[in-house]
This record gives sequence, C-alpha cells and structure tokens, in this order.
Amino acid sequence: MFQLIFFSLLNGLVYGMLLFMLSSGLTLIFGMMGVLNFAHASFYMLGAYFAFTLGLHIGFWPALVIAPVLVGLLGALVERQGLRRVHGFGHIAELIFTFGVAILIEEVVQLVWGRPAKSYQVPVLLDFPLFRVMSSSFPAYKAFMLVVAVAIFAFIFVILTRTRAGLIIQASLTHPGMVAMLGHNVPRVFMVVFGIGSALAALAGVIAGPVLGTFPGMAQVLGSIVFVVVVIGGLGSLTGAFVASLLIGIVQTFAVAMDVSVGGALAAVGVHVNPGSALHDLWKVTIAQVAPILPYVLLVLMLIVRPTGLFGTRET
Amino acid sequence: MSTVSTRPIAVAGVARAARVRRYGIWLAAAVVLLALPQLIRTGTAIAIMNQMGIAVVFALSFNMLLGQGGMLSFGHAVYFGLGGFIAAHVLNLAGRGTLWIPVPVLPLVGGLGGLAFAILFGSFSTRRAGTVFAMISLGVAELMAASSLIFDRFFGGEEGITTNRSKAPLLLGLEFTRDRQVYYLIAFWLFVSAIAMYAFSRTPVGRMANAVRDNPERAEFVGYSQNRVRFVSFCAAGFFAGIAGGLFAVNYEILTAENMGLNASGAVLLMTYIGGIGSFVGPVIGAVVFTFLQSMLSDYTGMWLLYLGILFLATVLFVPMGLAGVLMLHAPAWRARRIGRLVGPYLVTGALALVAAVGIIGILEMIHFVVAADTTRPTRRLFWVAVAPRTLTPWLGFAALVVAGALGARWAAPRAAAAFTEASRPAATS
Repeated sequence: MFQLIFFSLLNGLVYGMLLFMLSSGLTLIFGMMGVLNFAHASFYMLGAYFAFTLGLHIGFWPALVIAPVLVGLLGALVERQGLRRVHGFGHIAELIFTFGVAILIEEVVQLVWGRPAKSYQVPVLLDFPLFRVMSSSFPAYKAFMLVVAVAIFAFIFVILTRTRAGLIIQASLTHPGMVAMLGHNVPRVFMVVFGIGSALAALAGVIAGPVLGTFPGMAQVLGSIVFVVVVIGGLGSLTGAFVASLLIGIVQTFAVAMDVSVGGALAAVGVHVNPGSALHDLWKVTIAQVAPILPYVLLVLMLIVRPTGLFGTRET
Repeated sequence: MSTVSTRPIAVAGVARAARVRRYGIWLAAAVVLLALPQLIRTGTAIAIMNQMGIAVVFALSFNMLLGQGGMLSFGHAVYFGLGGFIAAHVLNLAGRGTLWIPVPVLPLVGGLGGLAFAILFGSFSTRRAGTVFAMISLGVAELMAASSLIFDRFFGGEEGITTNRSKAPLLLGLEFTRDRQVYYLIAFWLFVSAIAMYAFSRTPVGRMANAVRDNPERAEFVGYSQNRVRFVSFCAAGFFAGIAGGLFAVNYEILTAENMGLNASGAVLLMTYIGGIGSFVGPVIGAVVFTFLQSMLSDYTGMWLLYLGILFLATVLFVPMGLAGVLMLHAPAWRARRIGRLVGPYLVTGALALVAAVGIIGILEMIHFVVAADTTRPTRRLFWVAVAPRTLTPWLGFAALVVAGALGARWAAPRAAAAFTEASRPAATS
C-alpha cells in the first residue's frame, strides 16, 4: 500500500509538473490577450517531433534547446501573422482561428512524419533506474523531467517578479492601455509572450515525448486536460495553474491505480446487482475507468460553482 | 413617413415582390430537392446527396448557436450523436416489435433525444457566453467521449450500434430499402427542418438571440433574461441536431462513438464557418461544399482534412463572412446589372490562383508520397500525369507553378478588386 501511494504520488508530481509547463504558457497568453489558445498543445506536439528529428542527427541534448527555440519562433510568427489579424473580429474569431491552426498542425505532422507513432527514446545517459523502493523502481528520466519542470517554474517566477521585463508583462496583463502610454510596444510584448509560451509547450513536448509517446494524436490527448487545468486554476493565474496542475496530475494517477468499482464495493457489503439490469454498466465501472472523465467533471463543476477558478480574480 | 404616404402603390408592390421572392425561394428549393435524384442517377451521387442533406440540417442547427446566438460550441456533435444513438435503439426496438415507430418519424425521435440532452446540458452551460460557454461545451464533449467507453450497452463500444431500417413497421406502405427512398425521407426532413429553423430565426426569441449575441446588457435592460434566451436557442439547436442524428441512423444504420466525438464537432464548425455564419443560407452552402470536397478529395488523397483545414484557415483570416458573405457582397453589382463586367477579371485571377494551388497541392502530395506512402512504386499520378517524386524535376516544376501563379495572382488581384469596386458603385442618381 505504501509503495502504491509513494509511486502514485511521485508519478502524479511528474505528470502535474508537465501539465504546469503547458498550462503556464497558456494561462499567461490568456491573461494577456484573452485568447484561449487551442493550438497550444499542438506546439507541444511539434516540440516532441522536432526533438525526435533533430535528435536523430545531433542528439538529444542539443535538440532539447533547439526544438523549443524553433517552435517559439513559429509561435511568434503565428501570433504576428494570424492572431493579430483576427484580433479585431473578437474573441470567438480568435478561438476559431487557433482551432484551425491546431487542425492544420496535426495534419502537417501527419504529412511530414506519417501516421504511426515515432520511436522517440529516452536518452541513453538517463536510461537507468534512479532508486528502488521494495519491488518497484523509479526511472532517472522521470526525475530529470521533474528537475526541468521545477527549473522552468523557478525561471518563470523570477522573470515575472524580479525583472523589469516581467514587470512590463505583468502590467500588460491588467493595464495594457497604460503600459502602451508609457511607451512600451504592447503588441510586441504579446508576440514575445506568445512565442515564449509556445517554446515552453515545446519544451514540455521534448521531455514528455519519450514517456507519453510521440504520435499525431498526442496534442488532442493532452490539450483538453490543459484547458481543464487552466480553467480550474483560474484563467490568467500562474499560482492557480500550478496548484491545479498538481491537483489534476495527482488525482489522475491515483484514480488510474485504483481498481475499485461501485458494484464491487456493494458486493463487499453483501449487496449483489443483477447483471441483467440496465444500470449494470454503471455499477461495474471501476475508478480507473472513470479517471479520464474526472477532470471534465471537475471542469464543469468548477465553471458552474466558481467560474473564476480557484485563484482567478475575474470571469471571462 | 412621407415617402410611404405619397407612394403607397409602389410600397405595396415592393412588399408583394418580397413575398413572392421569399416563398419563391422555398418553392424553388423544394423543386430542386425533388428533381435532383431524377437528374443525377448514379448510386454514389445519391449516397453523397444523402450525406449532404444530413450535413445541411446539422450545420443549420449549429449556426443557430454560432451565427444567430453567438455561442461557439465545440461539442455540438454530442446532440447529433445522442439523437442518433437513441433513434438507432428505438429503431431496433421497433424492429423487434416492442414499439410501433415507423421509419419516417424516426428523425423526430432523434430530435427529441437531442432536445432532452440539450435541456440537461444547456441548463448549466448557457449561463455563460463567450469563452466560458466554449469551454463548457468542450468539457461536455470530452465527458461524453469518455463516457462512451464506459457505457458499453448504450454506445456499443468499438463496433457501435447497428440497426436495420427494413425491419421497422411500415407507415402508409413506405419502404426504405434503397438509398433513393432514403433520399426522399432526408429531403423531406431537411425541407421541414430548414423552414422551421428559418421561422425560428424570425420569432421574437430568435430575434432576441441576435440581440443577446450583440449586446447582452442591453437585451437585459429591454427585459429579457440573456440566460433564458440562450437556453431556448441551445435547446432548439440540440433538437435539430438530434433530427440530423436520427437521419444519420436511418441512412447509415450504424452509429459509433466517433459520430459524437470532437472531430465530428470540429467538422460542423468547419463547414458552417466556410459557408458563412452571417446568413441563413451560409451553412447550407458550407455543408454542401464541405461534404462534396470531403467525398471527392478522400478518393484521391489521404490528406483531405489538410486541404479543408487550409480552406478553413484562409476563410477565418481573409473572408470571415464565408462563401455566402462573398456572394452577398456582389448583390449591389448584381442589382446595378454590372455583374457581367466582373467575369473577365475574376476568371483571370481565379485561373492564376488555380495555377498556384496546383503547385502547392503537387508539392504537398509529393511530400506525402515520399514520407508516408508505400515505397515500392517510383511514380505517382498527380493531375493526370505520372510524376516521380524522388527526382528533382517535378519539385522544380511545381515550385515554378507556385511562383508563377502567386506572382500572376498578385498582379491580377488589384485589378479584380478595382473592377469589383467599379461594378458595386451605386447607379448614378438621375
């Protein structure tokens, strides 16, 4: 039991920090521009694919740096050439635009890399078990993921709160007009933040690709979860994104590990459900099966009960 | 006021002309719907037209949300799919003789199913507009997608739910064994639904939906609850999406969880937006064009969604009013009887743009061939010519087409735009 809890907690932490790398950029972009970027997870996918291809030629470590930079530039380009153009048509149009970009990126990935999953491997340097607790071992690569995610968290925190650039970004979140009055180029700040957010998503892709798989559907798998995180944490709130990432990460890993069903629990206390009844499907569902639904139930509940999210200060 | 009182006859004439035009359009639509299977008789064409009819109902219902109500939904296929699943189950019950439900009323069953779920999910999701509404719709869509894996008995797991329309009881001796017979059923429900949806947009609640879309605060000050107005629109949209789902169940006799998944919801957004969300006829055009392209392209290339995605993104960026909006732009030129002057400049620009498009498609297809396709054959037929993608020549050729076409279109486009401005100029006041 201790073993289960310990490893679920660790894996949940790794998954949650990965979610945070995605949601931090998304929530910053939302906070600044009011745009919920549908293509954010697509940049994550591009990061994984770029790193896979670069890794074949120059190895994992240079790719870890180069792939996010490339994707960041691409993100800035999308903002400059596309998003800024539709900005005048309102938030719905922006949402539709980023949705289109997400479709296009997925199709282009299929075009260039093909439909089957790529065998993007953990670098040899990190391919060993870090430590063992009883019969299970914890891979070093997951520890590496954790370290990178924590470093990114610290990096964002320091940039935003301790530097002049961070001050301007924070001011642009709430008072774009005043920041522009003070002589800062607010659209360019937006573009830079969009680019950095995309680069962070790509970095998450680079380090998650070997573990979660590198395939054309990987953006869709994670994209909706990241939305859930951002909404639950409170749109535009970094602290909220951090807390919600860990929450969702840990809840999901724990739920997956539990093989208990309502019917099973009832049987334990002596109540047996007739297998022919219409609700039989409902009773035999295990918590592990419900795990993929949980985030969305949380999302819907949160939007009904507290639309500002856990740490948000404003509604959309 | 004074113009009305001094020229009553002219006004009455205009009103009658408008009435004739309005009913005339519906009459013409009915005639076209009835005549189509007589004119185009091949089996594939009928199958595609059935698909189009279903898509048109679905897209029209989607536009009740997006175009008329300003609600962007990423989960509209949920109501389509649930309506379809309920219709399929009812059809199975009817086939076993448990229920007396003939096939022609089955779409209505689907519609009621869609309505029931729209009431359920709409009760909380329509409390908000804008981004939050979009997020909730996405959450509901994901919720249903995940639930479909759990409730095996209702959703039929991987294989889905199959049904058989020929086992249901007959109504007035109407049989639905062949696609052509199903076509008339779809055409009937398409016609009825389109009239009903158009009528809905003209009712006070339909008008208030527009008001709430444009300015919810003012609508509240007039005395309407924006939540209630959105809720009514949402339920109506769910109902018609369910009808489309019921038609789908009758036509294909199978439903899988994919029919209510995110991709299906995305497809209806694409087709509606490409057609144009600003007018009633936009989704119709969009659904027809989208379905046509989808069935045509999927015969030739595995990347049809890429091309449709490019078309979609180009629409969002450059012509946000969609195809219908582009047509509407030409109304002044049409009224001024100068539309003929546009044909020449348009043809030139269009031909040059087509050259560039051929080049781009060629390059994309060659990339696809080199990367993904089977590697045994050295050549691939592209535009009726055998092309060898592993040599340099075709790449240069297609690149030349792109450059030439793009440069030519850049030269021709301002001239076409100038011709358009000239033709749209209001007639000189005499």
